[in-house]
Amino acid sequence: MTLQPLGIVVGYLLLALGVGLLAYRVGDNDAEDFYLASRTLGTLVLLFTTFATLLSAFTFFGGPNLAYAAGPEWILVMGVMDGILFAVLWYVIGYRQWLIGRAREYVTLGEMLGDRFASPTLRALVAGVSLLWLFPYVMLQQMGAGEALRGLTSGAIPYWGGAALITVFMIAYVMLAGLRGVAWTDTLQGLFMLSVLWVAVVWVVNAAGGVGAATEGMVAANPDFAALGGGIYSPQFIISSAVTIAFGVTMFPQINQRFFVAKSATVLKRSFALWPVLVLLLFVPAFMLGAWAAGLPIEVPEGANVLSVLLAEYTPTWFAALVVAGAMAAMMSSSDSMLLSGSSYFTRDLYRPLVDPDASERREAWVARVGVAVFATLAFVASLSRPGTLIQVGDTAFSGFALLAPPVMVALYWDATTRDGMLVGIGVPQLLYLLHVLVPPVTVSAGGTTVALFARSYGGWDVALAFMLLGTALTVGVSVVSSPSFDEDAARFAVDGD
Amino acid sequence: MTRSVRDWLWVLVFAILITFSVPWFLWGSASVVAGLPVWLWWHVGWMCVASATFALFARTDWDRMMGADTAGGGEL
Repeated sequence: MTLQPLGIVVGYLLLALGVGLLAYRVGDNDAEDFYLASRTLGTLVLLFTTFATLLSAFTFFGGPNLAYAAGPEWILVMGVMDGILFAVLWYVIGYRQWLIGRAREYVTLGEMLGDRFASPTLRALVAGVSLLWLFPYVMLQQMGAGEALRGLTSGAIPYWGGAALITVFMIAYVMLAGLRGVAWTDTLQGLFMLSVLWVAVVWVVNAAGGVGAATEGMVAANPDFAALGGGIYSPQFIISSAVTIAFGVTMFPQINQRFFVAKSATVLKRSFALWPVLVLLLFVPAFMLGAWAAGLPIEVPEGANVLSVLLAEYTPTWFAALVVAGAMAAMMSSSDSMLLSGSSYFTRDLYRPLVDPDASERREAWVARVGVAVFATLAFVASLSRPGTLIQVGDTAFSGFALLAPPVMVALYWDATTRDGMLVGIGVPQLLYLLHVLVPPVTVSAGGTTVALFARSYGGWDVALAFMLLGTALTVGVSVVSSPSFDEDAARFAVDGD
Repeated sequence: MTRSVRDWLWVLVFAILITFSVPWFLWGSASVVAGLPVWLWWHVGWMCVASATFALFARTDWDRMMGADTAGGGEL
């Protein structure tokens, strides 16, 4: 009986794979189609393929888990600030990149910067940094899948089983379908997930006796859940998380690459305006389910997902399985966006310029696919050690990416930016942040006061925020004191048609 | 590039949208209205306001703010 949901999950994943394959056969077989779907994505598909990246384990399982444990304010952190701040960055970074990329046919962020600053080193640095932080984010999907299947089957499928299942599908999918395939399934799955999520809310709320009763139950179990703030939700935490997530998202390879693929500016404009509403429709039901679960009589085993436990308890088994299947398929699809973009960073910005400039298209495609398989397998192995909660692992990745944003923004808008400014502005903050992630905190006393070194946050503020400021200061400062080398060309970033 | 008053007004509008996306004035408030915390209702309303504002911006000053040539901007 407990294995029946597994059949539904696997069946759904196979169906998604089929749709991807079909879409792939529609497109051409060259690199621009494989990575960018020939720059022809319309509003619905662009919006949902970007949106689907939010449908990751971080949102879908991490968020409700956190709301269950600490209260529903996570809606504000992820929803509002990410919804609005990201939308603004969508214009500030995304539209600018689209204008530049359209004129010069760039495929990756590293390619764009490397060309502008005539620096293969910068290109490789941007690609390397991106791949580094992509690793924990892929791990996150595997951890999420492991926990979800475990919750759904009451432990019959062990954690590693779910993680392994999604890894296999991820690799298979990315081998078979390009961006067009991924974008199509993203759209179908985005629509599907939004619908079933709202059906789930209706089902659970009905069982709990209405919205009012569900909230009352939640407040009775945890009196401070209805109040804004309290517990882990300090203003510092809310601002830190929202800023690092919003800026980090713009630098995710799969999101950043989306900035190059819109068919027209109209597509970007419509997506921009619809974004907050879409975010609202996703986050409120997902996180309120988690928060309401706190007041319902369910047992959530350690390390299982509250959402799958909740659904297994209050909705028919087939429906719970369908939601988890849909979520896993969406995660698979967004993981594939990540792996696909990651592989284009790897082949175009690292392998081709540094290892084999004369590699044939065939060889490049082969290297990309092997790279994806190795990358996903390593991430799977790392995910088995479960180095933190979904939110913690995700936050580390977001912050790492967020550090890329300030130098890129400076370069996009300030003609006087130099290659040295970029290299220092990206390299130094990354190095410092990496130290803070890897080295455990040490407390040292100096002059009677104790100071914590290598802590991830100071006074409640994420240390990454300080490094974002440092990155901005270094990019600008070093650009001012260094002179551009002769082959740098600021005109390549001009958007006014001169 | 010189910025007009209108540009700065948009900057102000965006700053307000971002700042009050968390209803700081409701900090600690646990009032529940129609079954949901009152700050959640603020969130719902604010996202709709943001969406409408973004739509207006996309329709009017989208290209002018970016300094892009209109030929490349496309139309809505």
